[in-house]
Amino acid sequence: MSDAVAPVLRRWEPVIGLEVHVQLATRSKAFSGSGVEFGAPPNSLTDPTVLGLPGALPVYNAAALALALRLGLAAGCTIRRRSRFARKHYFYPDLPKGYQISQYDEPLCEGGAIELVCGGERRRVPLTRIHLEEDAGKNVHGAGATSLVDLNRAGVPLVEVVSEPAITSAEEAAEYMRALHLLVRTLGISEADMEKGQMRCDANVSLRPRGATTLGTRAELKNINSFRFVQKAIEHEIARQARILDGGGAVVQETRLWDGAAGTSQSLRGKEEALDYRYFPDPDLPPLVVDDATLDAARAALPELPMTRLDRFVATYGVSLDDARTLVGDPALADFLDAAVAASGAAGARAGKAIANWLLGDLLGMLNRDGREVAASPVGPAALAALVALVDGDVISGKIAKDVLARAYATGDAPDAIVEREGLRQITDTSAIEAIARELIAANPKQAEQYRAGKTNLLGFFVGQLMKASGGKANPKLASDLLTRLLSE
Amino acid sequence: MPALSRDEVEQLALLARLRLDDDEVERMREDLGAILAHMDALAAVDTAGVEPMTHAVPMDLRPRADEVEPSLPQAVALRGAPDVADGAFQVPHIIDKAGR
Amino acid sequence: MADDPEIVWASAAAQARAVRAGEVTARALVDAYLARIAAHDGAIGAYLHVDADGARARADELDAARDRGEPLGPLAGVPVALKDVLVTAGLPTTASSKILAGWIPPYDGTAVARLKAAGAIVLGKTSCDEFAMGSANEHAAAGPVKNPWDVTRVPGGSSGGSAAATAAALCGASLGTDTGGSIRQPAAFCGVVGLKPTYGRVSRYGVIAYASSLDQVGPITRTVEDAALITEVIAGLDPRDATSIDAPAPALTRALGERVRGLRVGLPAEYFAGELDPEVRAAVDGAVELLRDAGAETVELSLPHTRYAMPAYYVIAPAEASSNLARYDGVRFGARAGGRGAGLLEMYRATRAAGFGAEAKRRIMLGTFALRSGYYDAYYKKAQQVRTLIARDFAEAFARCDVIASPVAPGPAWPIGAMASPVDEYLADVFTLACNLAGLPGMSVPCGFTRAGLPLGVQLIGKALDEATLIRAGRAIERGAAPALAERRPRP
Repeated sequence: MSDAVAPVLRRWEPVIGLEVHVQLATRSKAFSGSGVEFGAPPNSLTDPTVLGLPGALPVYNAAALALALRLGLAAGCTIRRRSRFARKHYFYPDLPKGYQISQYDEPLCEGGAIELVCGGERRRVPLTRIHLEEDAGKNVHGAGATSLVDLNRAGVPLVEVVSEPAITSAEEAAEYMRALHLLVRTLGISEADMEKGQMRCDANVSLRPRGATTLGTRAELKNINSFRFVQKAIEHEIARQARILDGGGAVVQETRLWDGAAGTSQSLRGKEEALDYRYFPDPDLPPLVVDDATLDAARAALPELPMTRLDRFVATYGVSLDDARTLVGDPALADFLDAAVAASGAAGARAGKAIANWLLGDLLGMLNRDGREVAASPVGPAALAALVALVDGDVISGKIAKDVLARAYATGDAPDAIVEREGLRQITDTSAIEAIARELIAANPKQAEQYRAGKTNLLGFFVGQLMKASGGKANPKLASDLLTRLLSE
Repeated sequence: MPALSRDEVEQLALLARLRLDDDEVERMREDLGAILAHMDALAAVDTAGVEPMTHAVPMDLRPRADEVEPSLPQAVALRGAPDVADGAFQVPHIIDKAGR
Repeated sequence: MADDPEIVWASAAAQARAVRAGEVTARALVDAYLARIAAHDGAIGAYLHVDADGARARADELDAARDRGEPLGPLAGVPVALKDVLVTAGLPTTASSKILAGWIPPYDGTAVARLKAAGAIVLGKTSCDEFAMGSANEHAAAGPVKNPWDVTRVPGGSSGGSAAATAAALCGASLGTDTGGSIRQPAAFCGVVGLKPTYGRVSRYGVIAYASSLDQVGPITRTVEDAALITEVIAGLDPRDATSIDAPAPALTRALGERVRGLRVGLPAEYFAGELDPEVRAAVDGAVELLRDAGAETVELSLPHTRYAMPAYYVIAPAEASSNLARYDGVRFGARAGGRGAGLLEMYRATRAAGFGAEAKRRIMLGTFALRSGYYDAYYKKAQQVRTLIARDFAEAFARCDVIASPVAPGPAWPIGAMASPVDEYLADVFTLACNLAGLPGMSVPCGFTRAGLPLGVQLIGKALDEATLIRAGRAIERGAAPALAERRPRP
């Protein structure tokens, strides 16, 4: 939270609803056969339907429906078995037909929620609906007094995910976007690359006095086109509205355009006439019926959902909520963890927490240092599981294990092989350690005397000396126990 | 249905992106008024509980398979356009996202 | 080749038979029609664009194919005219609108493609009311089309050019579209056969949309047999049109030989009341009498919501039209007005103001009004509910009869410029609208002339997907009326 917003939030409670457009990863367009591809030459991926040529007609893409259903089911929505496409009218050069095919009063999905972690707790942001629609093209400002229109993107299938106005902070809005992004990527329904416009966010923001139950007047923020800007744009809007309200003014219901480069928003008021989209059911498209087979197939295609996985990591592995969030936030990490646990044999889930700690600690540190992907780690899940098993079985100490991991990372060798080759196996033979301990006590009579006189914190000195003398291989617990006994003799 | 005012006619013309001159506005106002007077007959029909008929023949949508068909070549896509530049349709400068 | 061979007046079916049999070449047929168009179309104005070179080239290909012994299609060599709302690859397609001036589509519509695949040769594109909005072909950018029976009168609309061209033997047969009577009424006014199939029978892919839930493509022909033949060719499921019906193509040519004995012909009281022209009444009664003579029974019945068809139609059709015409914005195709400097809004408004004619503007305004937020329930939704009631009327009627007979229009073709107001013109559609609202097949069959020599037609309305019964009944009327109608040809 930025410093500017913190004091404001003592007086005002933000109420935020998000409308997120997600591009569905189909091969062809929503309503016709031309291909979907990012970065193709302008107007090279069109057909009569995409261009809105006279006489061209739309037919909906079965794959888009299947992908949208997957999201609806994952978000726990009620699936409308008979939904309808509607035309939403406005004139704009990137909208070839003068209307967008969307859904209006009979959308595919209603209700449901996006689950997320925010402020150290699990939360659920309820959804109003998820509906099907088509994307518009792109306008590029040309030289001088013209704009250039590229219609490659027009007709690409989208879902619009509409949340209830139930988000209460900019931070939570950002987490909502991350959770949705993770969800659609996990479901394999979208690349959801915000830089490529595959996921876009509009935010409705209003403030009300803390404790109030009615909603304040909202402003709609458009053009929030990167993750970076979600929180920033909303915080800026909260601060803007608070300034108005604190000054005794009233917030105007309007649409504001976020300018990421400038870090500000500007009103579109005055530039737009009263909008009237003139929705009506699209006569070109009969009702979209979802039969049992289609729904069952979509259900069968659902993988484990990110938040289900997060809960499992916490409950089964004993991982902290924050660590679990980090792990599921990067499916490669979560997959690594699950694979390592699977390779742990008898230890199974009990090893999960230790594996997670090694993974998020030393291993990830080295990977990040070298700019390596988790999937390309020289220490794979089985090797990390073996390392944890060595520590767990008192074969090596944690300190030695750090060394072993670094060597395994550098060489790609198995931890067991490194331990054997380097003779790093922990000394658990009591007589061997006792011999070293007796030598140490004999060599340090003054410290031993002081210890016996009550300066018991000198135990640490002796343990350190012992570990040093054993080349780190002595079992620290054993060493400590033995020294305590021998010093007291 | 009260007759439309000139102002309402002008608002409709803006919404429909038409421009009407003064005479046209007046003629349109009269024509629409006369036509709408006939439409008022509908109000007398008891349609309580009657489903609207959005399609002439009841049927369900048959979704198409997600198969890519050849796109129009860029030159063909742009061929009929009144103004093009750099492989794109060219229009007067768009100031804002009004209407979106 | 004689200047005016008799075969130009023959049916399309007979022409195709002659071409297949080698009795006439496709090239000779095409040349004969091109000569007639050059000689007579100046007085009628049926064609907006004649593709002489393309038609000749296609005819030569077809003749060569026949010489090689290749099988020829059911419409082999038949020169056809296409209403200009049908999209044709490489041929100008304007829907009679200035806003589409110069547009050359990159694709063929499905009906056109099927017609071509069956061996038909496209002669050219015919005039119509702009975007098929009109009942007299007076709302056309190129000016009115004249009725070949009396060039001071309208040919009907909106498929006036196709009907006039077919009646005047300026083509072998033609295609029109029918949203509220636009095939049946001009067919009646021009003394030819017009069939509007069941909604969804013929693909709308490549049909410039007027009112999407009502539009349907169909043939305008000189004989009932031709209507059957062409409908068989163009009908059938099209994956590119989500509203096209998945039903087997109708076996219509087979129905030509079927008798009407025992057929129950419904006569709706509402269609024979009011200001019906006595000559129209007499001609329709005569047609019904012919059916009775052939063994059909008549059943008196009522379609009580008939009087709401006009207001319901003129809400629904303009509403859909206002939406369908939003794509004409001067960006991707067609004409643009307004300079770059004037800004985007002004470009839109100037382009659409200059590009659309008065009737198109009126319907865009009407439709925009009906769909406005706050008015939707009272207009569009209400009209769609009334539409349900109209469809129910027909469902009940068809429990008691197999086909409904009625006038096509309250009177014969009217003098050009005679309609005093838009409402008067809309009211002239009163008998054809309900059929479209209910999605049913309808046909217009010539059944007589007025004393002044203007053709009259009878309308037949069938159950959904039952075009076969229309063909059966239509053929019976045609057979019975032949002696009276024979040898009468328009004389432009």
